[in-house]
Amino acid sequence: MFDLHLFISAVFGWPLFEGAIVTVLLCAAVQLTSLLIGLGTASLSTSPRWWVRKVVAAYVWLFRGTPALLVLLFVWNGLPQMFAIFRAAWFSPFLAAYIALTLIQVAYVTEILRSAYGAVGSGQREGAQALGLRRWHVFFYVVLPQALRIATPALVNELISLLKTTSLATVISLTELMTVSSLAIATSFKFLEWYTAVLVYYLAMVAVLTIVQAHVERLLSKGHSR
Amino acid sequence: MSMAIELKDVEKWYGAFHALKGIDLSVRKGERVVVCGPSGSGKSTMIRCVNGLEKHTAGKILVDGVEVTTDTRRIDAIRTEVGMVFQHFNLFPHMTVLENCTLALRLIRRMARADAEARAMSFLERVHIPEQVHKYPIQLSGGQQQRVAIARALCMGPQAMLFDEPTSALDPEMVKEVLDTMIALAEDGMTMICVTHEMSFARRVADRIIFMDAGRILEEGTAEQMFRDPAHERTRLFFSQVSH
Repeated sequence: MFDLHLFISAVFGWPLFEGAIVTVLLCAAVQLTSLLIGLGTASLSTSPRWWVRKVVAAYVWLFRGTPALLVLLFVWNGLPQMFAIFRAAWFSPFLAAYIALTLIQVAYVTEILRSAYGAVGSGQREGAQALGLRRWHVFFYVVLPQALRIATPALVNELISLLKTTSLATVISLTELMTVSSLAIATSFKFLEWYTAVLVYYLAMVAVLTIVQAHVERLLSKGHSR
Repeated sequence: MSMAIELKDVEKWYGAFHALKGIDLSVRKGERVVVCGPSGSGKSTMIRCVNGLEKHTAGKILVDGVEVTTDTRRIDAIRTEVGMVFQHFNLFPHMTVLENCTLALRLIRRMARADAEARAMSFLERVHIPEQVHKYPIQLSGGQQQRVAIARALCMGPQAMLFDEPTSALDPEMVKEVLDTMIALAEDGMTMICVTHEMSFARRVADRIIFMDAGRILEEGTAEQMFRDPAHERTRLFFSQVSH
């Protein structure tokens, strides 16, 4: 029935490990880029200029509304059809997945950070401004550290969701975890052993993220408990 | 006599609401002015216009001869000259007491850490908080937090201080320690504009009391004049209702 030997060799074998490395790298790259862009777009979403707010809102609407699978296929198949430069060899499945998932992730991170900025009371900004601190001082030293503390659980949630969404990149032949297991199953027909092995990888990665979350929250909650 | 703060015919509109209606006020260097009036009369709005936390709609505001405009460089410079203390303290919860006090010194005055900490310590000692400097604001009582907020503002070496109801969010037994700190500051010759209903404080330190109603300065005078013999019925009614 269940080939324990195969399962163990799948978990500890190179193919899945390599697939996991691709998954982790993709995830890390997407989340870091989205955070950096999101810090700015979240600020823009409360801009005094109405058209700036509209542009950000339209972006968020577009990429929260489009299924990840569709965005992946659009970027991988659609972009080369539109622009010649995407037909070159450098446009790899990894790059396509990075672009597609970042487009989506930015939309979610923007919303999370926008609400977190708003949750930092106006008194904090005024207290900082009244000392003569410049705008970027107020943002980076006073608002951002407090906003990140508020946003951390939601951001880790989004990261875990992203980790699993990367499995969709199997449709554009990125050799991440799911693709590796599908290839192995195609030749062995051992569904259960490979699926379980992949499950172990995803659960282990989420476990690590959960621990990281607890540490980050503790780090950022200084001064919030007596 | 040189004027520290001057407001000339200052108007403020919030949409259709007329919050300040032609405010004229001159505060001399070293003068202590207490501003009273019913809630919604424009007291807070007026002092928040002085350091540009609110933009006045019309009129002129001068701080030490420099006009308050929307130019951010100039406003930032004016704010280092005019300290402000808020009703809800507005200390930064993620920073220790000492970090709260040294942040602006390090970023704006570009002081070395040791120098900034030494300066902050001298002011924290003045407000009697030297033992708690490594604690976070939440670990302090309300009165202690407000004294830290005063020290934080003083660190920048302001020419004048604005107080926006500094004791109204405090438990009664903590009001005195904050008022004592403010009295000590007044006795050192600091120019002050205080929005407060603490009449004992007004009586003790105010050179002048301003009474505001519905966006106007209705009348002004010394504490004795205002308490004993106000010109307006509205003023008399107000002072008869606040304890002093």
